[in-house]
Amino acid sequence: MVLAATPAFAAAGELSLDLGLEGRVFFDPPLDPRQHGSQSSATLRAEWYADMNGGADRVVVSPYLRLDQSDPERSHADLRELYWRHSAGAMDIYLGVRRVFWGVTEALHLVDVINQTDLVDNLDGEDRLGQPMLQLTWQQDWGQLELFLLPWFRERTFPGSKGRLRAPLPLLADRTRYEAAQGQRHLDWAARYFHVLGAVEIGLAHFTGTSREPRLVAGIDPATAQPVLVPMYELTDQSSMDLAAALGNWLWKLEALSRRDNRGRSTAFTGGFEYTFVGVSGSRTDLGLVAEYQFDDQGPSRSSFHNDLVVGGRLAFNDVQSTELLVLAVTDLDRRSRLFSLEGSRRLGNSWRLSIEARWFSSDATNDALFALRSDDYLQLTLEKFY
Amino acid sequence: MLRLSWLGILALLPLSGGAEAVAPEVAAGQRIATEARERDRGFGDSRAIITMTLRNQRGEETRRVLRSRTLEMDADGDRSMVIFDEPKDVAGTAFLTHSHRHKDDDQWLYLPALGRVKRIASSNKSGPFMGSEFSYEDLSSPEVEKYTHVYLGDETFDGREHFVLQRTPQDTRSGYRRMVVWLDKAHYRAFKIDYYDRRNTLLKTLTAEGFTLYGDRHWRATSMLMVNHQNGRSTGLQWTDYVFGNGYTEADFNRNNLSKIR
Repeated sequence: MVLAATPAFAAAGELSLDLGLEGRVFFDPPLDPRQHGSQSSATLRAEWYADMNGGADRVVVSPYLRLDQSDPERSHADLRELYWRHSAGAMDIYLGVRRVFWGVTEALHLVDVINQTDLVDNLDGEDRLGQPMLQLTWQQDWGQLELFLLPWFRERTFPGSKGRLRAPLPLLADRTRYEAAQGQRHLDWAARYFHVLGAVEIGLAHFTGTSREPRLVAGIDPATAQPVLVPMYELTDQSSMDLAAALGNWLWKLEALSRRDNRGRSTAFTGGFEYTFVGVSGSRTDLGLVAEYQFDDQGPSRSSFHNDLVVGGRLAFNDVQSTELLVLAVTDLDRRSRLFSLEGSRRLGNSWRLSIEARWFSSDATNDALFALRSDDYLQLTLEKFY
Repeated sequence: MLRLSWLGILALLPLSGGAEAVAPEVAAGQRIATEARERDRGFGDSRAIITMTLRNQRGEETRRVLRSRTLEMDADGDRSMVIFDEPKDVAGTAFLTHSHRHKDDDQWLYLPALGRVKRIASSNKSGPFMGSEFSYEDLSSPEVEKYTHVYLGDETFDGREHFVLQRTPQDTRSGYRRMVVWLDKAHYRAFKIDYYDRRNTLLKTLTAEGFTLYGDRHWRATSMLMVNHQNGRSTGLQWTDYVFGNGYTEADFNRNNLSKIR
C-alpha cells in the first residue's frame, strides 16, 4: 500500500506494512509446568516516512507490535523508529528513536552496542528495540565520523514465566538494578569512525555508558519469598573494531573489543570467513561456507560464546521465489554445549513470504546459558504478508 | 533467424601471432568498443524505472519493479544503484555497485529490515540477479578495459548495418567464455548480444529495441529481452521515466548513505 500525498510544500508520504503469523512447536516437554508446548504470535510492522525541503529533512515513524497467545511478556509494542533527520552538506543530524547496526560477523553481534536486543522476538540478537538518540554523522573523503548521545536506556525484553527459551528462575524486571546512579536516565555516548579502503572496510568505535547486556543476579522476590533473577545493568567503557575484506570468493570478517567495567578489563573477539561457490555444479544455486571463531577472556561467566567455533553453510537458490537457507552449528570447545540453527525463507506469490526457523540446544554444563535451553528445541514457521 | 555459424569458427582462431603484434581485427575491435564508449561519454547521471518480467518455461510471469540510478565517473567505472520496489517483501533493498576499470567491482546490499549494509563478495557476478535470466555482470556497466574485443565483420538486419564484435571477458570469474555484440554503425547501439557459456555453448541472447535519444547524443533502449536457450526461460526489461541531469554526486552513491535510500 502506498499513500502518496503532495501538498504545497512537497512532502510525499509513503506507508509500508507487514503482517505476520508465527507458530512455534517445541520438541520436548517444558522444564516448568507453567510453560506451553507450543506458541503462536501475530506481528505488525509498519513504516511511514515523509521527505521535506527537497529531501533535506525526513521524518520516519516505524511502530512494531507483537501479540503472543501464551506469554504476556512476549506481547509487546515498540517504536522501532521515530525520528527526524536533517541533512546539510556532508553532515546529517538525527533526533529521535533509531536503530543502528554495527558489525560484520554472521553468528555473534559483538560490537553492535547502540540498540538493546529485543530478546522475546528472537534469540539471535537481530531484532532490536528502538533507541532514543541524538546522532551526528559527518562524511569526509577520509571516512565517516559519527557521534551518538543516548539519553535513555532501554531494558532488554525477557520471556515471562509462561514463555519458553528463558532462564530457569523467573525474572523480576520490576527490581532491575543499575550501576549508574541515574538509572535509565544515565547519558550514554558513543563515537564511531568508519572507512572503506577498496576491498577493506574498517570501523573503530567507543562506547561509554550502561552495558546493553545485563548480568542476571540471584535474589528473592519480596512478594512471594521465591528465588528469582534480577537484571543488573553495569557501566562499561568499550572500544571496538570491526573489519571486513572482500577478496574474490572470500569475505573475511573480524569484530574485536576491549571493555572495562567493575569486573576489570577484558577482551573479546569473533572472526572468520564466508567462502562462496557461485553456481554450484552448473546450477543457479550459490553455496557459502561460513566459519567463525568466538572468544571472550572472561570465559563462560561472561559469555556463552567464550571459546566457540561456528561452522555452517548458506544456500541461495537464486530462484524466482528467492529461496534461501542458512545452517549454523556453534560448538563450545571447552565444554559440551552445542547450538544448531536453521533459517530459511521463500517468497510465495508476489507479496507473501514463508520463513522457517529451527534451533536445537544441547548442554551438559550447568553454568552455561545454553543449559537452561536444553529442553527448548523448537521449529517455527512464519507467514508474512507485505503491503 | 540470422545465420552466423561462421562467427563461431572465427572465434576459435588464434588472435595474434606475437606478443608485440596486434592482429588487425583486434585493433579494429578495440577501436569500435572505445568509440561506443566515447559516444556515450558525458551523460553525467541518469535514473529510470525498470519493470522486470520473468517468464518460466510454462509462460507464467512474475513482475519486479526496480529503480535504477547511475553516476558517470571520469577516471573510473560508473557508480550505480538499484532500489527494489516490488516484490514488497524486499521493498527498500538497495544494491550498490562501484564499477572499476582495472580491478574487481565493489558491491553492497542494504537490507532495510535489519538496517544493515552487507558487503557482497565480488565473485558473484555470474549469478542470477533476483531470480532473473540477467546475471549481475549483464547489468553492470561493460568497462572496455575488462574485455578483449575482436571485430568479426559487418551484418545488416532490420534495415540497419551493424558491426559484429566479439567481447571476451578477462576475468576468469565471468560466467561467459565470450559474447558477440551487434552495434549499429550509425550510433553504436547494442541491438543484440549473444552470450556463450564457459563451455562455449550459446547460453542466452539479449535483444534491445525502442532506442530513444536523450540530450542529443545518449541513446537508451526502452525494451530489452533476455532469452535463455538452455533453460527456456526469459526476462524482459521495460525502461521508463528516464531522467538525465539529476545532479547526483559521489555522496549519493556512498556506501555510508545507503541507509538513507528510500
